[in-house]
Amino acid sequence: MQKKATRDAYGEALVELGHEFDNIVVLEADLSKSTKTELFAKEFPERFFQMGIAEQDMMGTAAGLATCNKVAFASTFAIFATGRAFEQVRNSIAYPSLNVKICATHAGLTVGEDGGSHQAIEDIAIMRAIPNMTVIVPADATETAKALRAIYHYDGPVYLRLGRPAVPIIYDENMNFQIGKANKLQEGHDLAIIATGIMVAPAMEAAEALKKEGILAQVWDMATIKPIDKEAIREAAKTGAILTVEEHSIIGGLGSAVAEVVVENSPVPMQFMGVEDRFGQSGTPDELLKAYGLTAENIAIKAKELANKKSSS
Amino acid sequence: MDEKKLDELKEIARQSRAWIIKALAESKSGHPGGSLSAIDILTYLYFSAMNVDPQDPHFVDRDRFVLCKGHGAPALYTSLAMKGFFPKEDLLTLRKLGSRLQGHPDMRKLPGVDASTGSLGQGLSIANGMALAGKLDNKSYTVYAILGDGEMEEGQVWEAAMTASHYQLNNLIAFLDYNHLQIDGRIEDVKSGGNFASRFKAFGWHVLEIDGHDFKAIDEAVLAAKQELYAPSMIIAHTVKGKGVPFMEGAVEWHGKAPNKEQTAEALKFLGALKEDGR
Repeated sequence: MQKKATRDAYGEALVELGHEFDNIVVLEADLSKSTKTELFAKEFPERFFQMGIAEQDMMGTAAGLATCNKVAFASTFAIFATGRAFEQVRNSIAYPSLNVKICATHAGLTVGEDGGSHQAIEDIAIMRAIPNMTVIVPADATETAKALRAIYHYDGPVYLRLGRPAVPIIYDENMNFQIGKANKLQEGHDLAIIATGIMVAPAMEAAEALKKEGILAQVWDMATIKPIDKEAIREAAKTGAILTVEEHSIIGGLGSAVAEVVVENSPVPMQFMGVEDRFGQSGTPDELLKAYGLTAENIAIKAKELANKKSSS
Repeated sequence: MDEKKLDELKEIARQSRAWIIKALAESKSGHPGGSLSAIDILTYLYFSAMNVDPQDPHFVDRDRFVLCKGHGAPALYTSLAMKGFFPKEDLLTLRKLGSRLQGHPDMRKLPGVDASTGSLGQGLSIANGMALAGKLDNKSYTVYAILGDGEMEEGQVWEAAMTASHYQLNNLIAFLDYNHLQIDGRIEDVKSGGNFASRFKAFGWHVLEIDGHDFKAIDEAVLAAKQELYAPSMIIAHTVKGKGVPFMEGAVEWHGKAPNKEQTAEALKFLGALKEDGR
């Protein structure tokens, strides 16, 4: 399967949009080579604002540009965008609902060797708690490009979560991305696996493996965490059990967002896969995913357990 | 500035001070000290300097204003009301449930407010963004901002100060409301060491120092700032916290509390404003 990092797709899609729409501006905090905004900077230097290592100032400046009818894309690593600059995002951007797109790369464990200090595992939880904020986590390069176009046309603040490593391309160019709409990737009735971001590909792989054991898992790509697709969750609940998978803390992210809908509408047993309330550490992305149990093999094991639990209850 | 204009500004400022006191008394909370120290600058901006239109608060070529020290909201609201952005009577809804006059400025609720502020240290970055947009679009508008002196303790101010000089935002004119007091005491005692002029100069700004209650001095400083070809301008305005109400002047306890009935009457007497319309 062909692979590409979502940050690479972001950098390229930003240039494409930049050619089409001259009200796009891009802000960066000294990481343009990593976030890939350097591509936009080369093409449109006059619309690219290098803010230096000053994420708080970057968010405020983006807000100011947005008050003047610019669509401001602000990029840095997820840890700094949502941690260092949290209150600027909350008060300068989200409170007045300004048209700023916070496109954060290097989210989750797969930052890799830089270690736990740089691995944002709580960013989804932080961002989705802010009123007015939309939270999107694309599964692959294709969805990233589609999502970027969608958030350009959407008026309001958005948090777009992107990753560092190359991940499998699961969608072709005909995929349809809509903010707030989950994509069903496989039909199934034994349980539903709801995944987001780079965990969607291993979730599909796990579903393939489960088929061989006679377990049919319904698989969802929940790319929009907020507003969450309640209809999709209700459909998933009809299978009788839901497994959520995310490269994020199990506290406050995708699993919590899904559970909030499930317990209110159609309680079914759930299992949460993610980082279990601990920090990341140094290692290669693949080593880390394995060490934290976020592999296709492990998803299949947990799914099987959950399906069995459901049928025995 | 001719004498007629000077008298006009003085009268507007006097009425504005009375409205600030009345609004705070009505809300039973809010920040009188820093509102009264900044009101002369605001009066000058809205009645002598800024190109704004109360009938069309969002027109794209307008000058912008950012109240970085958002707790001075009563002063901003009063200037906007005096200018005609909304009825002056609305000032008496300050801080009440459902009011457009939130405790700190909310650009989505109140016409004339260009930026939502309140959390200190964030405003100058927003002003920079507006100034950058002006440069990018070849607009001739000016972005004005008022910062607090206690606010200088926030690190983001200095990040933003670097940005403004790096991008040569000569279309940005900021004021420092240097009234020397913050919630816990004199700023010199709390943390800020002062030396704001040399600090901003070191950050690449064009710095001026004036009496922030002298309209002629404010006017001359703004005109000088507009001549600046590259640097953003910081006008360090020496002010008195609580200016115009003797028992509030220079008194730290008037940073963030409203006057009671007797204090309100006394304040309005000093301001020569006993009648309801502020006159």
